[in-house]
Amino acid sequence: MTSLLASETAAVSFPVLTAMVLTPFLGALLLLVLPNNRPEYFKQVAFLVSALTAAMTAWVMVEFDKAHAATFQFVDQYEWIETLGISWALGLDGISLWLVVLTGALFPIVILAIDAEHSPKPYYAWILVLEAGCMGVFLALDLFAFFVFFEIVLVPMYFLIGQWGHGERAYAATKFFIYTMMGSALMLVGIISTAVITANTTGNDLTFGLIELAESQALGQTAARWIFLSFALAFAVKVPIFPLHTWLPDAHTNAPTAGSVILAGVMLKLGTYGFLRFGIYLFPEAAVYFAPFLVALGTIGILYGAIAATMQRDLKRLVAYSSVAHLGFIVIGTFALNTEGIEGGLLQMVNHGVSTGALFLLVGMIYERRHTREISKLGGLQKPAPMLAGVFMVVMLSSIGLPGLNGFVGEFLTLIGAFAAHRWWAVVAASGVIIAALYLLWAYQRVFHGPAEGDNATMPDLTVREGLTMVPFLVAIVFMGVYPKPVLERMEPAVDALVAHVETHVEDFDEPVADIAHHVELEDLADLGTDTHGEEDGEHG
Amino acid sequence: MLAQLDATPVETPEIVWAGLLPLLILSAGALLLVMLRSVVKRLPADVEPHLITAIGPITVLGMWFAAGLAGTDVPLAGLRDDMGEPAFYIGLALVMVLAGTLVRTMEIGLDAAITVGLGLSAFAATWGIWDDRWQVTGPFNAIGDQFAVDGFALLFAGVLAASVVLVALLLDGYLRRESLDGPEMYVLMLLSAAGGIVMTGANDLIVIFLGIETLSIAVYVMAAMHNRRTESQEAGLKYFVLGAFASAFLLYGIAFTYGATGSTNLVDIQIFLSSGQLVDNGLLMAAFGLLLVGFGFKIAAAPFHAWTPDVYQGAPTPVVAFMASAVKAAGFAALLRVFMLGFFSHVDDWRPAIGALAVLTLIVGSVMAIVQSDVKRMLAYSSISHAGFILVGVHAASLAGINSVAFYAVAYTFLVIGSFGVLTVVSGVGDRATSLDDLNGMAKRRPVLAFMFTVFLLAQAGVPLTAGFVAKFEVINAAVDSEFYWLAIVAMLTAVVSAFLYLRIVLSMYLGTADGDAADLGDPIPKAAGLAIGIAFAVTVGFGILPGPLSDLASDALPALIGAG
Repeated sequence: MTSLLASETAAVSFPVLTAMVLTPFLGALLLLVLPNNRPEYFKQVAFLVSALTAAMTAWVMVEFDKAHAATFQFVDQYEWIETLGISWALGLDGISLWLVVLTGALFPIVILAIDAEHSPKPYYAWILVLEAGCMGVFLALDLFAFFVFFEIVLVPMYFLIGQWGHGERAYAATKFFIYTMMGSALMLVGIISTAVITANTTGNDLTFGLIELAESQALGQTAARWIFLSFALAFAVKVPIFPLHTWLPDAHTNAPTAGSVILAGVMLKLGTYGFLRFGIYLFPEAAVYFAPFLVALGTIGILYGAIAATMQRDLKRLVAYSSVAHLGFIVIGTFALNTEGIEGGLLQMVNHGVSTGALFLLVGMIYERRHTREISKLGGLQKPAPMLAGVFMVVMLSSIGLPGLNGFVGEFLTLIGAFAAHRWWAVVAASGVIIAALYLLWAYQRVFHGPAEGDNATMPDLTVREGLTMVPFLVAIVFMGVYPKPVLERMEPAVDALVAHVETHVEDFDEPVADIAHHVELEDLADLGTDTHGEEDGEHG
Repeated sequence: MLAQLDATPVETPEIVWAGLLPLLILSAGALLLVMLRSVVKRLPADVEPHLITAIGPITVLGMWFAAGLAGTDVPLAGLRDDMGEPAFYIGLALVMVLAGTLVRTMEIGLDAAITVGLGLSAFAATWGIWDDRWQVTGPFNAIGDQFAVDGFALLFAGVLAASVVLVALLLDGYLRRESLDGPEMYVLMLLSAAGGIVMTGANDLIVIFLGIETLSIAVYVMAAMHNRRTESQEAGLKYFVLGAFASAFLLYGIAFTYGATGSTNLVDIQIFLSSGQLVDNGLLMAAFGLLLVGFGFKIAAAPFHAWTPDVYQGAPTPVVAFMASAVKAAGFAALLRVFMLGFFSHVDDWRPAIGALAVLTLIVGSVMAIVQSDVKRMLAYSSISHAGFILVGVHAASLAGINSVAFYAVAYTFLVIGSFGVLTVVSGVGDRATSLDDLNGMAKRRPVLAFMFTVFLLAQAGVPLTAGFVAKFEVINAAVDSEFYWLAIVAMLTAVVSAFLYLRIVLSMYLGTADGDAADLGDPIPKAAGLAIGIAFAVTVGFGILPGPLSDLASDALPALIGAG
């Protein structure tokens, strides 16, 4: 498969990124025209389509030129609306690469792991549309195209929650849609303002191209700050950053398992990715100006999410609040505005996608068996389902950030970065790591330990299929924990370039350097284990 | 110029007949239709189906003829060009056969078929003028200096013709279901659209008034046409009384304009106003205000919107589709022409008023919609908020603003006809089932229709990959380009509030469970109505994914003022 694509690329430069966006979308259309009398085909077709997309993603990952990770590769550009200077521009660099890979990998697993409870045809079609939208967001190099994808993902998720969800699904779906739309409504004004003001200042034609706009930096300080705020609002709702997070627990709790996995795994990253790709890149001065504010909110989010998670009675809601906390780490890493912080944030985006995605899958499996997610009604599941318990344990430890697993590397880097930039906030945020251990271990203890009574005692263990779908997660968790170098070295040039971009365009800004970076090579991080002297060294920086 | 007029005091204005072709086709067609049908009330049962089938090929010929006639200065030159090609005959014959088959499979009535044919021919004529005449010679006057043919007028004429075609397709099944068969509705609609075309090109306030009255009076009657529904009668009466009131305001405004500027001709007004001779502009301000009241009523802008929910709820649903598309588009065309061309030199005086109207309309339209429980009323309020959005484009008072209004008008026409088209077929006999509860579980009974309705609604909410999003994008672009950020922000925020309303409808279709006595039992959809909804859907999605062509068209469609002679 991949070799075939490779040979085509050499010959006619196959627009692989466009294909990665359009394949799931066309797959969804294909599903719609399939006859209704063979419902078992829907899942197979959907899986094949997403697997094809994943194959293209894998090919892109292999072919990605890590020496030039800071530049956009595989760029596809076509005129879209000529009168407005809008083009269909897609490209991939070290920042978007791993998120694209995450998206490409997660969707086939989700499709394979979870059966539609009813109406399979629209269910799988919506999932594929969602995949197309998420791919598009991570690949878009045109603000118009980005906005289109950023908004279009609301529709499939709205239907997934609304039609296949549980409980207060209508309320949750509407809240999700309206919240996110409210956030992005002002971003549209911001996007247009950026393009129009840039065109008027530079005298060039109107363009919505990301690179042109970011390199020209033609906005005045005040305008840039206002426009940054409009972007920040949209991303903050999507992330979600405290206090705009209230839609998230509702959406997660009532969504079907697939919806939760995708929401946590991919969709929350649309916001944090947006901050990096658009917020900081387009408006470096404003990003520096508002960074302390966002770091503060991120830290509050970490503590708030952690404390709220501790108090949940519903296992899924607990995981949802833990997302709020985890995304807080990503935010403080990103707005440390140094290489360590941003890299840690990026890595943490992928980690969170893997570990929280897996957690939601596991919670979904428990729910499927026990028809409840009330922690108090579960208990002692370790005895009837040792496999499930074991997998849950590993995933949970990754989520806590145990050294040797992926979560540790990301959290550690974000904290180093944040420590160099905003020391006291980082200190406060670090306590979130401890609370995370508290609520997750406590939850694990209540659900899996103790005596198994009633239905709990007879709960079946993982099936072969379920076990197989968990394998990629476990591999990723361990691999990225032990040997994060291949991931980090592809990010680093792009992150460095972004930080350099900020340094060039903001007068009195120097990257807040963490001394740790001079003492410890990044690839050695996995060996750090309990070694904490690096953090103390950071104080001299 | 004056000297010329003195020398030849009685001069008949030069008439460019080709420029009037869309108008002539619609109005003469309407008159012919009513005359024929009053002579021949009922056709023999064995003749009628064949006659209807024949309308298809005749329409194709009519379109070809209309496009050719409209095109060039030499009569029939366009046609002769075609005739040189032998391949052309084969193509023509093929298309004629196809059209005949299409008409036959659509099971459409005679009046509707004729109306669709007339609408298509008018559309072809518009296209012919656009392509072969306007693109070649630029804008020109069709009757003296009273009626201009420019890109802007042509685009809106095309919109009107398209809405005639789509609404006629909807009306066919509707009138049969309600046992209201007869040519009257079609004749009125054709006349009304003819009035709309007059409005889009009028270069004189009096001519605009003539257009508005032709358009409105026909629609008053159409609204009241359902003679067994008291709501329909009430709607017609309400619309008529309030509309007449608004017309009086408009006429007052015209009179005041004449008082202030000494003319009702937009060219003369523009020359006079930009010469700076007007010292005390109190009279002109009053004229602006009165004209805005008149236009505001037609486009359903708050605070002149009060009639809209009641009339939309009461009037027959296809008529509402026509009111929301054609009447609104014509109203905006006239408003834009008068203010952007005639009064542009005083833009700073009228712009705040438009801005206030826009904000009020946006807020009223989006907020009031939330508390409604009848889908027709909801869509009535949503049409109000769309008017507000278009007003934001007018308020920009720039080329980008005009483009955005043109784009929005085209996109919204298809969106709204699609939306009301769906309501037409699901609301059951007597338009009774239009409450939100009646839509419960519609996704199960009619999955395709529910999906299309969802797309129309999401498009109205401004979700990307639909024409509705691009329309909003263009409007915001125009507002930002003129540096009215606050207005852009208000518009976007109210759009989100409106989204809540559309989601409520979607929710009830997909999540609600139908009661046993749901009025919509899933009767087969009339094929013609299905075709109309399908076309609206294709346009909505097509221009949503690839808006380039429509965007180009809209940016070409600029109004022009051409002086006499």
